[in-house]
Amino acid sequence: MGARLLAPLVQTAAIAGAWLVALTEYAGQLGVLLAQAVGGCFVKPKRWRLVLYELWKIGAQSWLIVALCSLFIGMVLALQSAYQMKRLAAEIYIASLVSLSVVREIGPVMTALIVAGRVGSAIAAELGTMKVTEQIDALVTLATDPVRFLVVPRLVATLVAMPLLTLWADGLGVLGGFLIGTVKLGILPSVYWKMTTLPLVFKDLSSGLLKSGIFALIICIVSCFEGFRAEGGAEGVGRATTTAVVSSFMFIIAADCLFTAIFYFVWR
Amino acid sequence: MIETRDLAKSFDGHVVLNGVNLAVPTGQTMVIIGRSGCGKSVLLKHMIGLIKPDRGTISVDHVEITKLSGRSLDKIRKRFGMLFQGGALFDSMTVEDNVAFPLREHTSMSPEAIRERVRECLALVGLPKVEQLKPAELSGGMRKRVGLARAISMNPEIILYDEPTTGIDPIMGDVINDLIIALRDRLKVTSVVVTHDMRSAYKVADRIAMLYNGTIIAQGTPEEIKQSAHPVVRQFIEGQATGPIQEGLPDRRVLSRWPSRVMRKGAT
Repeated sequence: MGARLLAPLVQTAAIAGAWLVALTEYAGQLGVLLAQAVGGCFVKPKRWRLVLYELWKIGAQSWLIVALCSLFIGMVLALQSAYQMKRLAAEIYIASLVSLSVVREIGPVMTALIVAGRVGSAIAAELGTMKVTEQIDALVTLATDPVRFLVVPRLVATLVAMPLLTLWADGLGVLGGFLIGTVKLGILPSVYWKMTTLPLVFKDLSSGLLKSGIFALIICIVSCFEGFRAEGGAEGVGRATTTAVVSSFMFIIAADCLFTAIFYFVWR
Repeated sequence: MIETRDLAKSFDGHVVLNGVNLAVPTGQTMVIIGRSGCGKSVLLKHMIGLIKPDRGTISVDHVEITKLSGRSLDKIRKRFGMLFQGGALFDSMTVEDNVAFPLREHTSMSPEAIRERVRECLALVGLPKVEQLKPAELSGGMRKRVGLARAISMNPEIILYDEPTTGIDPIMGDVINDLIIALRDRLKVTSVVVTHDMRSAYKVADRIAMLYNGTIIAQGTPEEIKQSAHPVVRQFIEGQATGPIQEGLPDRRVLSRWPSRVMRKGAT
């Protein structure tokens, strides 16, 4: 009787254990690729042309979508907070609320999610196609390390592009709130601007930018890893692309939670 | 000399190679024949260190490459050229960049000298004036020939050909056969050719080895293979549907039961 009751518990524990082992193994493989890529950053030849090309693809081609999303999110934030603030007759604090939320949280996270969707999927699809068409094998036979040739330029470009895009998103998010606050809610522009900058301290900006660097590592390494392990033709490439985006999203949110906690409890 | 000893490899429990012993003398062309999916390409990829064996050794000029990794393995790989089944050209690069890739990566040649070498290599495979095209703009056969141009661009000592004449028109197939012979005769290149094109095999081979059920079941000069009494070899070289090889052939019982068009019309 007891054994029958225990059976589902044991089964659940076994599934959870297997899942945990798989997750640890996955994280370990990502860690190995990250270590190889970081090591590759310091080895010659430096492929600056490739870095610039990737910077163009990752950064320059993402600025518009990041701008639009940030502007609208800033507007939505201002409107949503206006509901509550109006009741308290504290509309003036909308500016501070928008600037703090955007700079600390929404700017870095939303930029990361957009880049993961737009750039991470493209990296996984490109590398996945290279894998299934033996282009990565060809690189190896030509005595060229695929990590140094394919991952390092993308890693450097993502690490440069992400903080810049985050700053851009921060600015546009604040602008969105500013437009709603001044045009729709009737707050004086000079007052809105003062209330925007008043609560902001260096830590708000630096913690957001630090997070964006961590997210850049996650997006690039997860997407490259999924591309490298694609198998089985078009279906495999599709699976790698989906997994790259979904895993990046999960790791970004988890890392955001972890680093926000660290900033809150440790870096006061 | 390339030598494999007791080479074994399995993928997910499926045994592909099971104790392959093969020696390719320097300056000779060894052709490996066998049915599609019998492991010929897997054997070829072992020779350049793309796949690590489960058991056994591979040595190139008495250097055991199974024990090497990183730079020491790359040093050996620089002596190789490899033609992949589908060409494995880098999609993002032009034909010129593809052929110039190993020269730019591993030599200090001037851009003019590289351009000249690229032109020569492309002329050798019968492809003038395609330098600025992208691989997507080429036919399958042209892609393979560009792959061959890339493989020979570094004047390698050893060239591995994976199905060099498959997907190419018969005239160009013969041109490639002549090129393989010319590279052997003039530059003393050691070649390993994987094919099931028997016409090509007889023409280019110094020795032919047949791979069946994961092992080399016969090897000898083209004449010896033509005279072989081994029933599996006979069935393969004569291209007979009846014989000891039956895996993957149509089920004759189903074929005999299959209704003819006339009968089906009658039934309706």
